Amino acid sequence: MSGARITAVTSGKGGVGKTFVSANLAAALSRQGERVLVLDADLGLANLDVVLNLYPKLTLHDVFTGKTTLDDAILPAPGGFSVLLAGSGMIEYSRLTPEVRDQLHDVIVKVRPRFDRVLLDTGAGISDVVLYTVSLADEVLIVATPEPTSLTDAYATIKILAASQTPRPMHLLVNQTQRPGEARAIRHQLQQVIDRYVNVGLSSPLQLDLVGDVPLDAAVRDAVLRRELLLETAPGSLAAQAIVAAAARLIGR
Amino acid sequence: MDPRAPESSPPPPGEPPPHALRLDVALQLLGQSGLASLQGEAGSVAWLQELIDALVDLSSRDALTGLANRRTFELALAREIDRVARSGEPALLLTLDIDHFKRVNDTHGHAAGDLVIRAVGQALADTVRPMDLVARMGGEEFSIVLPNCPAAFGPQVAERIRVRVAQTPVEVTPGQSITVTVSVGGAFAPQWVRTTPRLWMDRADVQLYRAKSDGRNRSCLEPAAVSLVSAEEKGLLFASTQFQDFT
Repeated sequence: MSGARITAVTSGKGGVGKTFVSANLAAALSRQGERVLVLDADLGLANLDVVLNLYPKLTLHDVFTGKTTLDDAILPAPGGFSVLLAGSGMIEYSRLTPEVRDQLHDVIVKVRPRFDRVLLDTGAGISDVVLYTVSLADEVLIVATPEPTSLTDAYATIKILAASQTPRPMHLLVNQTQRPGEARAIRHQLQQVIDRYVNVGLSSPLQLDLVGDVPLDAAVRDAVLRRELLLETAPGSLAAQAIVAAAARLIGR
Repeated sequence: MDPRAPESSPPPPGEPPPHALRLDVALQLLGQSGLASLQGEAGSVAWLQELIDALVDLSSRDALTGLANRRTFELALAREIDRVARSGEPALLLTLDIDHFKRVNDTHGHAAGDLVIRAVGQALADTVRPMDLVARMGGEEFSIVLPNCPAAFGPQVAERIRVRVAQTPVEVTPGQSITVTVSVGGAFAPQWVRTTPRLWMDRADVQLYRAKSDGRNRSCLEPAAVSLVSAEEKGLLFASTQFQDFT
Protein backbone atom coordinates (compact mmCIF):
# COMPACT_ATOMS: atom_id res chain seq x y z
CA MET A 1 0.00 0.00 0.00
CA SER A 2 1.41 3.39 -0.90
CA GLY A 3 0.22 6.79 0.21
CA ALA A 4 -1.72 7.89 3.23
CA ARG A 5 -2.59 5.70 6.17
CA ILE A 6 -6.33 6.05 6.52
CA THR A 7 -7.65 6.28 10.04
CA ALA A 8 -11.40 6.25 10.63
CA VAL A 9 -12.41 8.17 13.74
CA THR A 10 -15.70 6.90 15.05
CA SER A 11 -17.55 6.65 18.34
CA GLY A 12 -20.98 5.08 18.20
CA LYS A 13 -22.47 7.71 20.46
CA GLY A 14 -22.50 11.34 19.41
CA GLY A 15 -21.32 14.23 21.56
CA VAL A 16 -18.20 12.52 22.90
CA GLY A 17 -15.84 14.99 21.24
CA LYS A 18 -15.08 12.97 18.11
CA THR A 19 -14.75 15.97 15.82
CA PHE A 20 -12.81 17.90 18.47
CA VAL A 21 -10.41 14.97 18.75
CA SER A 22 -10.11 14.58 14.95
CA ALA A 23 -9.23 18.25 14.44
CA ASN A 24 -6.73 18.50 17.27
CA LEU A 25 -5.20 15.11 16.51
CA ALA A 26 -4.73 16.31 12.93
CA ALA A 27 -2.93 19.40 14.21
CA ALA A 28 -0.72 17.27 16.48
CA LEU A 29 0.06 14.83 13.66
CA SER A 30 0.97 17.75 11.36
CA ARG A 31 3.33 19.14 13.95
CA GLN A 32 5.00 15.75 14.11
CA GLY A 33 5.68 15.96 10.39
CA GLU A 34 2.75 14.21 8.73
CA ARG A 35 0.82 15.67 5.82
CA VAL A 36 -2.69 15.25 7.15
CA LEU A 37 -6.12 15.54 5.60
CA VAL A 38 -9.26 15.47 7.70
CA LEU A 39 -12.22 14.34 5.65
CA ASP A 40 -15.55 15.23 7.16
CA ALA A 41 -17.42 12.02 6.48
CA ASP A 42 -20.35 12.97 8.70
CA LEU A 43 -22.34 13.50 5.56
CA GLY A 44 -25.67 14.14 7.22
CA LEU A 45 -24.67 16.42 10.08
CA ALA A 46 -21.27 17.78 9.30
CA ASN A 47 -19.72 20.07 11.88
CA LEU A 48 -15.99 20.08 11.29
CA ASP A 49 -16.47 23.51 9.72
CA VAL A 50 -18.00 24.72 13.00
CA VAL A 51 -15.17 23.31 15.12
CA LEU A 52 -12.58 24.95 12.88
CA ASN A 53 -14.51 28.16 12.31
CA LEU A 54 -14.29 27.76 8.55
CA TYR A 55 -16.82 29.00 6.05
CA PRO A 56 -16.01 26.93 3.03
CA LYS A 57 -17.22 28.01 -0.36
CA LEU A 58 -16.40 24.61 -1.77
CA THR A 59 -17.22 21.30 -0.13
CA LEU A 60 -17.43 17.59 -0.69
CA HIS A 61 -20.96 18.23 -1.87
CA ASP A 62 -19.62 20.28 -4.77
CA VAL A 63 -17.13 17.54 -5.58
CA PHE A 64 -19.88 14.93 -5.59
CA THR A 65 -22.08 17.01 -7.86
CA GLY A 66 -19.19 17.87 -10.17
CA LYS A 67 -19.33 21.60 -9.43
CA THR A 68 -15.69 21.68 -8.45
CA THR A 69 -12.57 19.60 -8.51
CA LEU A 70 -11.18 17.75 -5.54
CA ASP A 71 -8.13 20.03 -5.60
CA ASP A 72 -10.21 23.13 -5.14
CA ALA A 73 -12.26 21.64 -2.33
CA ILE A 74 -9.26 20.62 -0.22
CA LEU A 75 -8.67 23.62 2.05
CA PRO A 76 -5.90 24.56 4.47
CA ALA A 77 -7.01 24.48 8.11
CA PRO A 78 -5.57 26.54 10.98
CA GLY A 79 -3.55 23.70 12.50
CA GLY A 80 -1.34 23.17 9.44
CA PHE A 81 -3.37 20.33 8.01
CA SER A 82 -5.87 20.11 5.17
CA VAL A 83 -9.60 19.58 5.32
CA LEU A 84 -12.27 18.39 2.99
CA LEU A 85 -15.54 19.54 4.47
CA ALA A 86 -18.89 17.96 3.89
CA GLY A 87 -20.76 21.24 4.02
CA SER A 88 -24.45 21.73 4.17
CA GLY A 89 -26.72 20.20 1.59
CA MET A 90 -25.22 16.80 2.18
CA ILE A 91 -28.33 15.51 3.88
CA GLU A 92 -29.26 13.80 0.64
CA TYR A 93 -26.06 11.78 1.02
CA SER A 94 -26.85 10.58 4.50
CA ARG A 95 -28.23 7.37 3.04
CA LEU A 96 -25.82 4.90 1.57
CA THR A 97 -26.67 4.58 -2.08
CA PRO A 98 -24.35 3.05 -4.69
CA GLU A 99 -23.60 6.63 -5.85
CA VAL A 100 -22.51 7.75 -2.38
CA ARG A 101 -20.34 4.64 -2.03
CA ASP A 102 -18.66 5.14 -5.36
CA GLN A 103 -18.13 8.86 -4.73
CA LEU A 104 -16.61 8.32 -1.30
CA HIS A 105 -14.44 5.49 -2.52
CA ASP A 106 -13.31 7.60 -5.45
CA VAL A 107 -12.36 10.53 -3.20
CA ILE A 108 -10.31 8.25 -0.92
CA VAL A 109 -8.47 6.72 -3.87
CA LYS A 110 -7.61 10.19 -5.17
CA VAL A 111 -6.42 11.73 -1.90
CA ARG A 112 -4.45 8.72 -0.70
CA PRO A 113 -1.27 9.40 -2.73
CA ARG A 114 -1.12 13.04 -1.66
CA PHE A 115 -1.06 12.75 2.12
CA ASP A 116 0.66 10.74 4.84
CA ARG A 117 -2.54 10.38 6.82
CA VAL A 118 -6.24 10.81 6.19
CA LEU A 119 -8.52 11.07 9.20
CA LEU A 120 -12.08 10.11 8.33
CA ASP A 121 -14.31 11.90 10.80
CA THR A 122 -17.41 9.70 10.63
CA GLY A 123 -20.88 10.54 11.78
CA ALA A 124 -22.27 9.37 15.09
CA GLY A 125 -24.14 6.12 15.29
CA ILE A 126 -23.62 2.86 13.44
CA SER A 127 -25.47 3.68 10.24
CA ASP A 128 -24.56 2.02 6.98
CA VAL A 129 -22.78 5.22 5.90
CA VAL A 130 -20.61 5.09 9.00
CA LEU A 131 -19.87 1.38 8.54
CA TYR A 132 -19.04 1.90 4.90
CA THR A 133 -16.75 4.84 5.69
CA VAL A 134 -14.95 2.79 8.32
CA SER A 135 -14.55 -0.06 5.83
CA LEU A 136 -12.43 2.26 3.67
CA ALA A 137 -9.89 2.81 6.45
CA ASP A 138 -6.65 1.01 7.32
CA GLU A 139 -7.23 1.39 11.03
CA VAL A 140 -9.98 2.51 13.37
CA LEU A 141 -9.82 5.00 16.23
CA ILE A 142 -12.73 4.70 18.63
CA VAL A 143 -13.40 7.81 20.70
CA ALA A 144 -15.36 7.27 23.91
CA THR A 145 -15.96 8.98 27.21
CA PRO A 146 -16.17 7.17 30.55
CA GLU A 147 -19.96 7.50 30.49
CA PRO A 148 -21.77 4.15 30.39
CA THR A 149 -23.84 5.15 27.33
CA SER A 150 -20.71 6.08 25.42
CA LEU A 151 -18.96 2.84 26.39
CA THR A 152 -21.97 0.76 25.40
CA ASP A 153 -22.12 2.42 21.98
CA ALA A 154 -18.35 2.15 21.53
CA TYR A 155 -18.60 -1.56 22.32
CA ALA A 156 -21.52 -2.00 19.92
CA THR A 157 -19.43 -0.35 17.19
CA ILE A 158 -16.42 -2.55 17.92
CA LYS A 159 -18.65 -5.60 17.91
CA ILE A 160 -20.25 -4.95 14.55
CA LEU A 161 -16.90 -4.03 12.99
CA ALA A 162 -15.25 -7.18 14.31
CA ALA A 163 -18.08 -9.33 13.02
CA SER A 164 -18.40 -7.78 9.62
CA GLN A 165 -15.21 -6.13 8.45
CA THR A 166 -11.63 -7.00 7.66
CA PRO A 167 -9.62 -7.19 10.88
CA ARG A 168 -7.56 -4.03 11.30
CA PRO A 169 -5.79 -2.26 14.15
CA MET A 170 -8.42 -0.90 16.53
CA HIS A 171 -7.35 2.02 18.72
CA LEU A 172 -9.19 3.54 21.64
CA LEU A 173 -8.98 7.12 22.85
CA VAL A 174 -10.84 7.96 26.04
CA ASN A 175 -11.95 11.57 26.17
CA GLN A 176 -12.90 13.54 29.28
CA THR A 177 -11.28 11.25 31.82
CA GLN A 178 -11.33 12.39 35.41
CA ARG A 179 -8.69 10.19 37.01
CA PRO A 180 -5.33 8.82 36.02
CA GLY A 181 -5.68 5.15 35.14
CA GLU A 182 -9.33 5.52 34.21
CA ALA A 183 -8.67 5.00 30.48
CA ARG A 184 -6.61 1.89 31.13
CA ALA A 185 -9.38 0.47 33.29
CA ILE A 186 -11.91 1.19 30.56
CA ARG A 187 -9.77 -0.47 27.91
CA HIS A 188 -9.36 -3.50 30.12
CA GLN A 189 -13.08 -3.75 30.74
CA LEU A 190 -13.91 -3.39 27.03
CA GLN A 191 -11.29 -6.00 26.17
CA GLN A 192 -12.80 -8.44 28.65
CA VAL A 193 -16.23 -8.16 27.08
CA ILE A 194 -14.69 -8.38 23.58
CA ASP A 195 -12.79 -11.55 24.54
CA ARG A 196 -15.92 -13.12 25.95
CA TYR A 197 -18.48 -12.13 23.31
CA VAL A 198 -16.69 -10.96 20.17
CA ASN A 199 -13.44 -12.87 19.84
CA VAL A 200 -15.06 -16.28 20.24
CA GLY A 201 -14.32 -18.27 17.09
CA LEU A 202 -12.46 -15.47 15.29
CA SER A 203 -9.15 -16.40 13.63
CA SER A 204 -7.75 -12.95 14.35
CA PRO A 205 -8.98 -12.00 17.81
CA LEU A 206 -9.44 -8.29 18.27
CA GLN A 207 -7.03 -6.48 20.59
CA LEU A 208 -8.01 -2.99 21.57
CA ASP A 209 -5.03 -0.63 21.69
CA LEU A 210 -5.23 2.38 24.01
CA VAL A 211 -3.67 5.38 22.24
CA GLY A 212 -4.35 7.70 25.07
CA ASP A 213 -6.75 9.60 27.25
CA VAL A 214 -7.66 13.26 27.19
CA PRO A 215 -8.43 14.55 30.68
CA LEU A 216 -11.43 16.70 31.37
CA ASP A 217 -9.96 20.17 31.07
CA ALA A 218 -11.52 23.63 31.20
CA ALA A 219 -9.17 24.65 28.39
CA VAL A 220 -11.08 22.32 26.04
CA ARG A 221 -14.36 24.05 26.71
CA ASP A 222 -12.75 27.43 26.12
CA ALA A 223 -11.24 26.37 22.82
CA VAL A 224 -14.49 24.78 21.62
CA LEU A 225 -16.51 27.90 22.50
CA ARG A 226 -13.99 30.12 20.75
CA ARG A 227 -14.07 27.67 17.84
CA GLU A 228 -10.33 27.34 17.85
CA LEU A 229 -7.97 24.42 18.05
CA LEU A 230 -6.95 23.52 21.57
CA LEU A 231 -3.42 23.01 20.30
CA GLU A 232 -3.36 26.66 19.22
CA THR A 233 -5.15 28.32 22.14
CA ALA A 234 -3.77 26.26 25.01
CA PRO A 235 -0.87 24.15 23.80
CA GLY A 236 0.40 23.75 27.35
CA SER A 237 -2.87 22.41 28.75
CA LEU A 238 -3.05 18.84 29.99
CA ALA A 239 -5.61 17.97 27.32
CA ALA A 240 -3.42 19.36 24.52
CA GLN A 241 -0.40 17.45 25.81
CA ALA A 242 -2.49 14.29 25.94
CA ILE A 243 -3.53 14.73 22.31
CA VAL A 244 0.09 15.26 21.25
CA ALA A 245 1.01 12.05 23.07
CA ALA A 246 -1.83 10.15 21.38
CA ALA A 247 -0.65 11.40 17.98
CA ALA A 248 2.87 10.18 18.72
CA ARG A 249 1.50 6.78 19.63
CA LEU A 250 -0.56 6.60 16.43
CA ILE A 251 2.51 7.44 14.35
CA GLY A 252 4.61 4.98 16.31
CA ARG A 253 2.77 1.99 14.90
CA MET B 1 8.47 -23.42 -28.13
CA ASP B 2 7.96 -23.38 -31.88
CA PRO B 3 4.25 -23.85 -32.51
CA ARG B 4 4.85 -25.03 -36.06
CA ALA B 5 6.97 -27.97 -35.10
CA PRO B 6 4.25 -30.45 -34.08
CA GLU B 7 2.16 -29.72 -37.19
CA SER B 8 4.65 -31.44 -39.45
CA SER B 9 4.41 -34.76 -37.65
CA PRO B 10 1.34 -35.18 -35.43
CA PRO B 11 2.17 -37.76 -32.78
CA PRO B 12 -0.11 -40.76 -32.32
CA PRO B 13 -3.00 -40.19 -29.85
CA GLY B 14 -1.96 -40.49 -26.24
CA GLU B 15 1.72 -39.94 -27.05
CA PRO B 16 3.38 -36.75 -25.87
CA PRO B 17 4.01 -34.33 -28.77
CA PRO B 18 7.62 -33.91 -29.87
CA HIS B 19 8.48 -30.63 -28.24
CA ALA B 20 10.10 -29.50 -25.02
CA LEU B 21 7.01 -29.73 -22.81
CA ARG B 22 6.75 -32.84 -20.67
CA LEU B 23 3.05 -33.62 -20.71
CA ASP B 24 2.98 -37.35 -20.05
CA VAL B 25 2.04 -37.08 -16.36
CA ALA B 26 -0.61 -34.47 -17.11
CA LEU B 27 -2.14 -36.67 -19.80
CA GLN B 28 -2.04 -39.69 -17.48
CA LEU B 29 -3.81 -37.73 -14.74
CA LEU B 30 -6.52 -36.59 -17.13
CA GLY B 31 -6.96 -40.10 -18.49
CA GLN B 32 -7.22 -41.54 -14.97
CA SER B 33 -9.74 -38.95 -13.82
CA GLY B 34 -11.97 -39.66 -16.83
CA LEU B 35 -12.15 -36.00 -17.77
CA ALA B 36 -13.04 -34.97 -21.31
CA SER B 37 -10.71 -36.34 -23.94
CA LEU B 38 -8.92 -33.63 -25.87
CA GLN B 39 -10.36 -32.72 -29.25
CA GLY B 40 -7.79 -30.55 -31.02
CA GLU B 41 -4.77 -31.66 -32.97
CA ALA B 42 -2.15 -32.89 -30.52
CA GLY B 43 0.47 -30.23 -29.87
CA SER B 44 -1.51 -27.38 -31.40
CA VAL B 45 -2.13 -24.25 -29.37
CA ALA B 46 -5.84 -25.11 -29.19
CA TRP B 47 -4.96 -28.57 -27.91
CA LEU B 48 -2.61 -27.16 -25.27
CA GLN B 49 -5.33 -24.74 -24.16
CA GLU B 50 -7.73 -27.65 -23.84
CA LEU B 51 -5.15 -29.55 -21.86
CA ILE B 52 -4.64 -26.59 -19.50
CA ASP B 53 -8.41 -26.12 -19.12
CA ALA B 54 -8.81 -29.78 -18.27
CA LEU B 55 -6.01 -29.56 -15.67
CA VAL B 56 -7.56 -26.44 -14.17
CA ASP B 57 -10.88 -28.22 -13.97
CA LEU B 58 -9.21 -31.20 -12.34
CA SER B 59 -7.42 -29.08 -9.73
CA SER B 60 -10.56 -27.15 -8.86
CA ARG B 61 -12.62 -30.23 -7.99
CA ASP B 62 -12.75 -32.56 -5.06
CA ALA B 63 -11.68 -36.00 -6.26
CA LEU B 64 -14.26 -37.99 -4.28
CA THR B 65 -17.42 -35.97 -4.91
CA GLY B 66 -16.62 -33.99 -8.06
CA LEU B 67 -17.76 -30.86 -6.18
CA ALA B 68 -15.67 -27.70 -5.99
CA ASN B 69 -12.72 -28.11 -3.62
CA ARG B 70 -11.62 -25.74 -0.87
CA ARG B 71 -9.30 -23.81 -3.17
CA THR B 72 -12.06 -23.07 -5.67
CA PHE B 73 -14.49 -22.25 -2.92
CA GLU B 74 -12.24 -19.68 -1.28
CA LEU B 75 -11.77 -17.97 -4.63
CA ALA B 76 -15.52 -17.92 -5.18
CA LEU B 77 -16.04 -16.53 -1.69
CA ALA B 78 -13.61 -13.68 -2.34
CA ARG B 79 -15.40 -12.89 -5.59
CA GLU B 80 -18.74 -12.93 -3.80
CA ILE B 81 -17.44 -10.54 -1.14
CA ASP B 82 -16.40 -8.12 -3.87
CA ARG B 83 -19.78 -8.44 -5.49
CA VAL B 84 -21.65 -7.87 -2.23
CA ALA B 85 -19.48 -4.86 -1.43
CA ARG B 86 -20.45 -3.31 -4.74
CA SER B 87 -24.04 -4.39 -5.18
CA GLY B 88 -25.20 -4.60 -1.58
CA GLU B 89 -27.04 -7.83 -2.36
CA PRO B 90 -27.29 -10.25 0.53
CA ALA B 91 -25.27 -13.46 0.27
CA LEU B 92 -25.41 -16.46 2.57
CA LEU B 93 -22.58 -18.79 3.50
CA LEU B 94 -23.54 -22.18 4.90
CA THR B 95 -21.10 -24.60 6.42
CA LEU B 96 -22.18 -28.20 7.03
CA ASP B 97 -20.75 -31.17 8.81
CA ILE B 98 -22.03 -34.76 8.73
CA ASP B 99 -23.08 -35.74 12.26
CA HIS B 100 -21.25 -38.65 13.92
CA PHE B 101 -19.42 -39.46 10.72
CA LYS B 102 -16.80 -41.45 12.59
CA ARG B 103 -19.51 -43.92 13.58
CA VAL B 104 -20.28 -44.55 9.90
CA ASN B 105 -16.64 -45.34 9.25
CA ASP B 106 -16.30 -47.45 12.38
CA THR B 107 -19.49 -49.41 11.80
CA HIS B 108 -19.58 -49.80 8.03
CA GLY B 109 -15.99 -49.22 6.92
CA HIS B 110 -14.24 -46.46 5.04
CA ALA B 111 -15.67 -47.43 1.65
CA ALA B 112 -19.14 -46.87 3.14
CA GLY B 113 -17.91 -43.56 4.54
CA ASP B 114 -16.88 -42.51 1.04
CA LEU B 115 -20.30 -43.48 -0.32
CA VAL B 116 -21.98 -41.39 2.37
CA ILE B 117 -19.82 -38.37 1.58
CA ARG B 118 -20.65 -38.72 -2.11
CA ALA B 119 -24.37 -39.09 -1.45
CA VAL B 120 -24.46 -36.07 0.86
CA GLY B 121 -22.54 -34.03 -1.72
CA GLN B 122 -25.02 -35.06 -4.38
CA ALA B 123 -28.00 -34.23 -2.12
CA LEU B 124 -26.55 -30.76 -1.47
CA ALA B 125 -25.91 -30.13 -5.15
CA ASP B 126 -29.49 -31.24 -5.94
CA THR B 127 -31.02 -28.91 -3.34
CA VAL B 128 -29.45 -25.58 -4.27
CA ARG B 129 -29.95 -23.20 -7.18
CA PRO B 130 -27.69 -23.28 -10.24
CA MET B 131 -25.88 -20.09 -9.17
CA ASP B 132 -25.03 -21.49 -5.72
CA LEU B 133 -21.67 -23.15 -5.25
CA VAL B 134 -21.33 -26.34 -3.20
CA ALA B 135 -17.85 -27.41 -2.12
CA ARG B 136 -16.33 -30.21 -0.12
CA MET B 137 -13.92 -28.49 2.24
CA GLY B 138 -12.33 -31.71 3.45
CA GLY B 139 -13.30 -34.73 5.53
CA GLU B 140 -17.04 -34.69 6.17
CA GLU B 141 -17.31 -30.92 5.88
CA PHE B 142 -19.07 -29.02 3.11
CA SER B 143 -19.72 -25.36 2.39
CA ILE B 144 -22.22 -23.59 0.19
CA VAL B 145 -22.24 -19.97 -0.90
CA LEU B 146 -25.61 -18.63 -2.01
CA PRO B 147 -25.44 -15.29 -3.83
CA ASN B 148 -28.42 -12.97 -3.71
CA CYS B 149 -30.17 -14.86 -0.91
CA PRO B 150 -32.52 -12.55 1.02
CA ALA B 151 -32.10 -12.74 4.79
CA ALA B 152 -35.69 -13.88 5.28
CA PHE B 153 -35.06 -17.03 3.19
CA GLY B 154 -31.85 -18.01 5.00
CA PRO B 155 -33.42 -20.27 7.63
CA GLN B 156 -35.70 -21.90 5.03
CA VAL B 157 -32.81 -22.68 2.73
CA ALA B 158 -30.70 -24.11 5.56
CA GLU B 159 -33.59 -26.27 6.76
CA ARG B 160 -34.42 -27.51 3.26
CA ILE B 161 -30.84 -28.69 2.87
CA ARG B 162 -30.76 -30.32 6.30
CA VAL B 163 -34.06 -32.16 5.72
CA ARG B 164 -33.00 -33.28 2.26
CA VAL B 165 -29.87 -34.95 3.64
CA ALA B 166 -31.79 -36.60 6.47
CA GLN B 167 -34.23 -38.05 3.92
CA THR B 168 -31.57 -39.38 1.56
CA PRO B 169 -30.88 -43.09 2.12
CA VAL B 170 -27.37 -44.26 1.21
CA GLU B 171 -26.87 -47.87 0.16
CA VAL B 172 -23.61 -48.71 1.91
CA THR B 173 -23.66 -52.42 1.07
CA PRO B 174 -26.05 -54.21 -1.29
CA GLY B 175 -29.44 -54.24 0.42
CA GLN B 176 -28.30 -52.14 3.39
CA SER B 177 -29.15 -48.44 3.45
CA ILE B 178 -28.39 -45.91 6.15
CA THR B 179 -29.21 -42.26 6.56
CA VAL B 180 -27.04 -39.57 8.07
CA THR B 181 -27.82 -36.09 9.30
CA VAL B 182 -25.95 -32.82 9.00
CA SER B 183 -25.52 -29.82 11.24
CA VAL B 184 -25.64 -26.52 9.41
CA GLY B 185 -24.20 -23.14 10.38
CA GLY B 186 -24.76 -19.99 8.37
CA ALA B 187 -23.81 -16.32 8.21
CA PHE B 188 -24.71 -13.59 5.77
CA ALA B 189 -22.05 -11.44 4.16
CA PRO B 190 -22.37 -8.00 5.61
CA GLN B 191 -23.82 -5.73 2.95
CA TRP B 192 -21.88 -2.75 1.63
CA VAL B 193 -18.71 -3.36 3.54
CA ARG B 194 -15.69 -5.47 2.76
CA THR B 195 -14.90 -8.52 4.76
CA THR B 196 -12.50 -11.42 4.24
CA PRO B 197 -13.30 -15.01 3.27
CA ARG B 198 -11.62 -16.15 6.50
CA LEU B 199 -13.80 -13.91 8.68
CA TRP B 200 -16.97 -14.93 6.88
CA MET B 201 -16.12 -18.61 7.27
CA ASP B 202 -15.28 -18.10 10.94
CA ARG B 203 -18.71 -16.62 11.54
CA ALA B 204 -20.47 -19.49 9.78
CA ASP B 205 -18.31 -21.94 11.77
CA VAL B 206 -19.36 -20.33 15.04
CA GLN B 207 -22.97 -21.10 14.07
CA LEU B 208 -22.03 -24.65 13.05
CA TYR B 209 -20.57 -25.26 16.51
CA ARG B 210 -23.76 -23.88 17.97
CA ALA B 211 -25.80 -26.33 15.88
CA LYS B 212 -23.52 -29.17 17.01
CA SER B 213 -23.67 -28.29 20.68
CA ASP B 214 -27.44 -27.78 20.54
CA GLY B 215 -27.75 -31.46 19.64
CA ARG B 216 -26.85 -31.80 15.91
CA ASN B 217 -29.20 -32.38 12.95
CA ARG B 218 -30.20 -28.73 13.04
CA SER B 219 -29.34 -25.44 11.42
CA CYS B 220 -28.26 -22.23 13.13
CA LEU B 221 -27.89 -18.90 11.38
CA GLU B 222 -26.13 -15.89 12.80
CA PRO B 223 -28.65 -13.47 14.24
CA ALA B 224 -28.85 -10.39 12.06
CA ALA B 225 -28.51 -7.58 14.57
CA VAL B 226 -24.93 -8.06 15.71
CA SER B 227 -24.73 -4.53 17.04
CA LEU B 228 -27.24 -5.21 19.80
CA VAL B 229 -25.61 -5.25 23.19
CA SER B 230 -27.22 -7.76 25.52
CA ALA B 231 -27.88 -7.17 29.20
CA GLU B 232 -25.25 -9.81 29.90
CA GLU B 233 -22.65 -7.91 27.92
CA LYS B 234 -23.54 -4.66 29.63
CA GLY B 235 -23.24 -6.46 32.95
CA LEU B 236 -19.68 -7.48 32.18
CA LEU B 237 -18.86 -4.10 30.65
CA PHE B 238 -19.80 -2.32 33.86
CA ALA B 239 -18.73 -5.15 36.16
CA SER B 240 -16.15 -3.10 37.99
CA THR B 241 -18.31 -0.12 38.65
CA GLN B 242 -16.77 3.32 38.42
CA PHE B 243 -13.71 1.72 36.86
CA GLN B 244 -11.43 1.46 39.83
CA ASP B 245 -7.94 2.47 38.92
CA PHE B 246 -5.67 -0.41 38.40
CA THR B 247 -2.04 -0.28 37.77
